[in-house]
Amino acid sequence: MKLQLPIGERISLKHGAGGRAMRALIEQVFLEGVDAPLQGIGLAAMDDGAAIPVGERWLVLTTDSHVIHPLFFPGGDIGRLSVAGTVNDLAMMGATEPLALTCSVILEDGFPSADLLRIQKSILATSREAHAPIVTGDTKVMGRGEIDGLVLNTAGVAFTNRVVPDCGLRIGDRIIVTGTMGDHGFAVLAVRHKLALEGELQSDVAPINEMIRGALAAGGQDVVAMKDPTRGGLASALHEMAEKSGVGVLLYQDRIPLSDPVRAAAELLGIDPLHVANEGKAVLGVRPEAAERVLAALHAHPLGRNAAIVGTCMGEHLGRIILDTGLGRRLLTEPEGEPLPRIC
Amino acid sequence: MTSPSERDALQLKFRDPERGKALVEKLAHLTESLGRSPVAVMHVCGSHEQAIARFGLRHVFPKALDVIMGPGCPVCITDVPEVDEGVALAQQGVRVATYGDMLKVPGSAGSLADARAGGAKVDIVYSVSQAVELAQKTNEEIVFFATGFETTAVATAAEILRGPPPNFSVLSAHKYIPPVMEIVAEMPDTRVEGFLAAGHAATITGWGVFEAFVERHHLPVVVAGFEPLDVLAGLVRLVELIHDKTPKVDNMYPRCVSREGNVVAQQQLWQVFRPLGGRWRGIAHVPNGNLRLRDEWAHLDARRRFHIDLARLWTFAPPTLVQHCICGDIMAGLKSPTDCSLFGKECLPDTPVGACMVSSEGTCKIWHQYGGHPELTRAVEVNP
Repeated sequence: MKLQLPIGERISLKHGAGGRAMRALIEQVFLEGVDAPLQGIGLAAMDDGAAIPVGERWLVLTTDSHVIHPLFFPGGDIGRLSVAGTVNDLAMMGATEPLALTCSVILEDGFPSADLLRIQKSILATSREAHAPIVTGDTKVMGRGEIDGLVLNTAGVAFTNRVVPDCGLRIGDRIIVTGTMGDHGFAVLAVRHKLALEGELQSDVAPINEMIRGALAAGGQDVVAMKDPTRGGLASALHEMAEKSGVGVLLYQDRIPLSDPVRAAAELLGIDPLHVANEGKAVLGVRPEAAERVLAALHAHPLGRNAAIVGTCMGEHLGRIILDTGLGRRLLTEPEGEPLPRIC
Repeated sequence: MTSPSERDALQLKFRDPERGKALVEKLAHLTESLGRSPVAVMHVCGSHEQAIARFGLRHVFPKALDVIMGPGCPVCITDVPEVDEGVALAQQGVRVATYGDMLKVPGSAGSLADARAGGAKVDIVYSVSQAVELAQKTNEEIVFFATGFETTAVATAAEILRGPPPNFSVLSAHKYIPPVMEIVAEMPDTRVEGFLAAGHAATITGWGVFEAFVERHHLPVVVAGFEPLDVLAGLVRLVELIHDKTPKVDNMYPRCVSREGNVVAQQQLWQVFRPLGGRWRGIAHVPNGNLRLRDEWAHLDARRRFHIDLARLWTFAPPTLVQHCICGDIMAGLKSPTDCSLFGKECLPDTPVGACMVSSEGTCKIWHQYGGHPELTRAVEVNP
């Protein structure tokens, strides 16, 4: 039923935007000819990471490369982002106690040392905050113009007793978001385009493994799916979860937490905050009877105090997200590329 | 982060769900009292369709009420030869500045985006003044490919009256809305029983501009704004007027629109532009529907400053898919996107076949993004 998008002659930015085009690229290029792991969750699952059974437990493994412009933005920087990104990917698989991280950096000739030191400090502070020690790394320097400033890669490993996939949703399950949506993307957008809103918009970038540990402790087996709504925002994360799980999702707009600056920026720019990236949030699928319990656990953590139950899984409109706006209902689609400026 | 109660207080009152529900009920009741189905009304504005789609209003419209999106997307009705003029100029080496929406609109031999990929200089601007700034910074000839209705034409006019630099000129594809309403009203197949007129355009023209239309066609016109309650209240009033068989103009957007409109803007508009008949893509020849520069501004008219070699574009055969595109029927209110065999298949926002899939105001793009078809959003009630 789903249209297979041909990837085209050349790779374009949309193939990295986190939506359907990126999934097509991974499916058509990187999954081609890859052997499935003997056991566990591998590349084909296209989850936040891999999970390999070791004895009674699971070893979860994930990696992420980070490029962001600008390197420093309100609420964070590329260093914090690269540690939080990997820690959160592990957590989304149910592995909330990282054993170790790796950190590789590729630098452009001429990169200011002061900036590098500042980034290193931020990496260190975030790794302490997440209790995720960096144990090995690599450094390369490339010629001017060969890369743009700096690229950071991190990988992480952790054990967990139970893997939480992103495909476990069933009819009736509740959808919980752990806080306000769109903060990171709007904060970066504001500095990138020099919008006068800068000061107020703050990225939410943070390691959320501790908060997720609390939610899992409260919900146990009833937390059935998790995903971090990064590129493509809540819309892309939910589409992926709903498609893989074979359910539809009914989402209530008035229950989705938004900060006031994001609400204002979204209205001003005509950009849907549900299409915009988060770096310190999670989407949880929870069995209905455990929803309030999990919500209370999230509220108890400082990063989760705005958490809310925002939707329900249903047995129709499979793979689709229906948004109840309070005034009517419509489809919530995934973002496609960069929005074009409007005429009038 | 505000608490829900604080947020309710902050929330614009024009989005209040309770008032929305009351209006929806009233609309259903009124429509039912007409005793026939379907009753078709038309709005002629992409911004109205945006509001309808974004707030999911089609889901709550009465089944017997057919709210048709008319030719209200300026990008969509820009005709192929007009796109060709822009493409030809760009290919001739002239630097063309235009709104982002225009980039992907297909002409007879490709779009401005194609021309740019082939090495032509095409700049995206957010306003005419940005195009003027561009001209001030360079010695190159800058042609502003101007699209949009009277709302944006006024901005172009103001910039021309301000005296742009000598290397700046305008390729006007501006359009004027009131004449096309006449065309739709006179179409032999038309089912339209009333019009919802665009509040922002009426801010310029004044609501009085529709009085002659109502007199000629005995169809009611209601001017409405763009918040969801504006749209719902406008529709309620429109169906009321249909019900009462009292065709007249009613202004449901009095916080912005007066009978006279913005007189200064109108003076500037007609000082710079003259109305001229011309084709609107997919619709028809619209008498007085195009806005072209008056003779006294000939020196700023790209059509007179450059020899635009269109013939060289026509050696290319038109792409065959375009023959299946029904954008015209959709804009005339005769069909909806789901009637189109290309919609959501070959024709996607990334690879548009017709102009309606390009612009954020195009019916097909909006339906693709928000799922315009009500059946798509009817779901069982499940309360978390």
